[in-house]
Amino acid sequence: MQGLQQEKAMNTEIYKESQVVHTPTFIDGHSVEIPILKILKEDGTVYSGAELPEIDQVKATKVYKALAFHRVLDERMVAAQRQGRVSFYMAALGEEAASVGGAAGLEDQDMIMAQYREQGALIYRGFSLENLMNQMFSNEKDLGKGRQMPIHYGSSELNYMTISSPLGTQIPQAAGYAYGQKLQGKDAVTICYFGEGAASEGDFHAGLNMAAVHRAPVIFFCRNNGYAISTPSDEQYVGNGIASRGVGYGIKTIRIDGNDILAVLKATQTARSYALAEQKPVIIEAMSYRLGAHSTSDDPSGYRTKEEEEKWHMHDPILRMKNWMLAQKWWDETQETELYEKLREQVLAAVKVAEKIDKPPVEDLVTDVYDQVPAHLQKQLDELKVHIKKYPEAYPFTAGRIK
Amino acid sequence: MAQMNLLQAINNALDIVMAENDSALCFGEDVGHFGGVFRATSGLQEKYGKARCFNTPLVEQGIIGFANGLAAQGSTPIAEIQFADYIFPAFDQIVNESAKFRYRSGNEFNVGKLTIRTPYGGGIAGGLYHSQSPEAYFAHTPGLKIVVPRNPYQAKGLLLASIRDDNPVVFFEPKRLYRASVGEVPVEDYQLPLGKADIMQTGTDITLLAWGAQLEIVEKAADKASADGISCEIIDLRTILPWDVDTVANSVRKTGRLLVSQEAPLTAGFASEIAATIQQECFLHLESPIERVCGFDTPYPLSLEKEYVADHLKIYEAIKRSINY
Ligand SMILES: Cc1ncc(C[n+]2csc(CCOP(=O)(O)OP(=O)(O)O)c2C)c(N)n1
Ligand SMILES: [Mg+2]
Repeated sequence: MQGLQQEKAMNTEIYKESQVVHTPTFIDGHSVEIPILKILKEDGTVYSGAELPEIDQVKATKVYKALAFHRVLDERMVAAQRQGRVSFYMAALGEEAASVGGAAGLEDQDMIMAQYREQGALIYRGFSLENLMNQMFSNEKDLGKGRQMPIHYGSSELNYMTISSPLGTQIPQAAGYAYGQKLQGKDAVTICYFGEGAASEGDFHAGLNMAAVHRAPVIFFCRNNGYAISTPSDEQYVGNGIASRGVGYGIKTIRIDGNDILAVLKATQTARSYALAEQKPVIIEAMSYRLGAHSTSDDPSGYRTKEEEEKWHMHDPILRMKNWMLAQKWWDETQETELYEKLREQVLAAVKVAEKIDKPPVEDLVTDVYDQVPAHLQKQLDELKVHIKKYPEAYPFTAGRIK
Repeated sequence: MAQMNLLQAINNALDIVMAENDSALCFGEDVGHFGGVFRATSGLQEKYGKARCFNTPLVEQGIIGFANGLAAQGSTPIAEIQFADYIFPAFDQIVNESAKFRYRSGNEFNVGKLTIRTPYGGGIAGGLYHSQSPEAYFAHTPGLKIVVPRNPYQAKGLLLASIRDDNPVVFFEPKRLYRASVGEVPVEDYQLPLGKADIMQTGTDITLLAWGAQLEIVEKAADKASADGISCEIIDLRTILPWDVDTVANSVRKTGRLLVSQEAPLTAGFASEIAATIQQECFLHLESPIERVCGFDTPYPLSLEKEYVADHLKIYEAIKRSINY
């Protein structure tokens, strides 16, 4: 209460102090200057005077291994989709640092609410390869019970909210989640990932304002990768990126090089401390580029040039971190070769296991719609079972296993 | 006549309208240069320019709000919502604005020139959010027209009629059939009437009623039933709102039996509305209870899609139940 009143007073102060003019004076839509944080150079050296994040060899190795795992998983799963083994996949090629670095800047008790291209955060948290595979193959061991398309992961144990396809919906939810954390006095924040495309949704604006007004300790993390499917960001908005909007909502905002793992880490660590200490939201806008297709259903050659893509290949965030690790003498080429070989084998082997696991049982059709299966759904299921028994060949995944 | 798939038929209809009507605009997410994620607006930006066929920011409420404004101003907006599953952020603009613009202003203003196109339906391993059939939510809203084509010929004729109709129309496109359904389509301009059902096959024992992609499945069930000597009359409702009660009621008076099949969940689906009306209209002619063969009362699943859907076997069983009642 005290705090609120103080802030009101402060706001009035700000208005009072504003310059008075007597001719119509518009401030320009681009008048906010936004610096961009860069710590690590492409060659693996650090900018002079750069403030490093908290990171030691153990943490750096964990981050690097997560990045490598992510890269290999994406490579293999895009291939698996082409072979018809999974129905769909979304890679994060070229922007892995945003998700891995974000998770690395948090504590395990912090909630992660992602959009869909943030498997890196889940990998960093320690979601097992088996769990990833079971989700993508929608088999009976999938934590989500085979109900959502591939890559819609979720794990309450790891504080990673299950992905929802409708864009932007997690943004106001993150504000609410964080507000709950605050009221319960938890040493925890919520990070909310979204794309620069999703930031056009009404839910984005609703979520930012709710978080600002109610002082929710949430880190809004925008992955600005230049595209929303085929729509380039210059057809998405004409303002100064997503960061400029933070100012409009009175939220502390930072723009960073999203392909600079140290900048991502530093910004997230700082944002977390601020969000917790001040009990306020923060916005991070990470500038990157979606090097791959939007998804396996997409072909970017219909809307952008190879030359444009080529330019961004030079900004590979993983290579940049590798160069730094080598320079630190925390990593060497032998380790590199061994790591990638081992990862490729592991992922391939995991695909082979997961694709053989049964689909979920027919009973899963009606569970979790409500906490209990209501009578009308039980009836629908019972009728279905009779029907399947009559035509078992038409329902090969479930016919032999009806309970 | 030309061979077209359903997407090409839609593209062709849009092309005709944009050529004849300078105020016709096509817009939505990825609709411009790329031609939409399904390519329904392919080539239109090249032909008619960026001002008339364009990408919008990723905001459905913005797309439809913008479209409402354009329509009120006298333009002819044809807005695309990328998937019917993502129409809900625009629900307020459609249900409270598009549908009520004329009524609330005493016809001082209207958005009759608005058409909303959106792909709907399942059968593509799309799970919860790329499979829904939300027509019933909109059918509960007076002021809207709702149209669903079943094949390329219907799609072109119904879309042209929807765009030219002086009421806001939500046009649901069966995405499972976008490329799968190919047929002869007149190259020239033609319209099919809104609010009129289409009797696809005449029969004497039972009336089978559906719309959109579900008709293909109903036809398959009818074929199976005909092997048992059951004669099915198949009706494509085509327009969900306002729907053609007369054609359906006349058919049921003749056959004495009705089965309605929809992709959407059973409870409070449009099949229920039809069943209620027909039992009132045809009570003394009915030989058996009206059958509804629909999706389960659950979200649309992924791995259990086969089990969930109203497939031809479930429809066939329901036909037999009705006949043997
Ligand atoms: C409400 C809603 N509208 C449309 C879509 C379809 N869609 C899925 S991803 C996408 C583009 C998102 O772009 P962005 O937010 O920039 O994320 P990126 O794919 O670049 O990571 C669109 C339009 C959706 N999932 N939800
Ligand atoms: Mg993007």
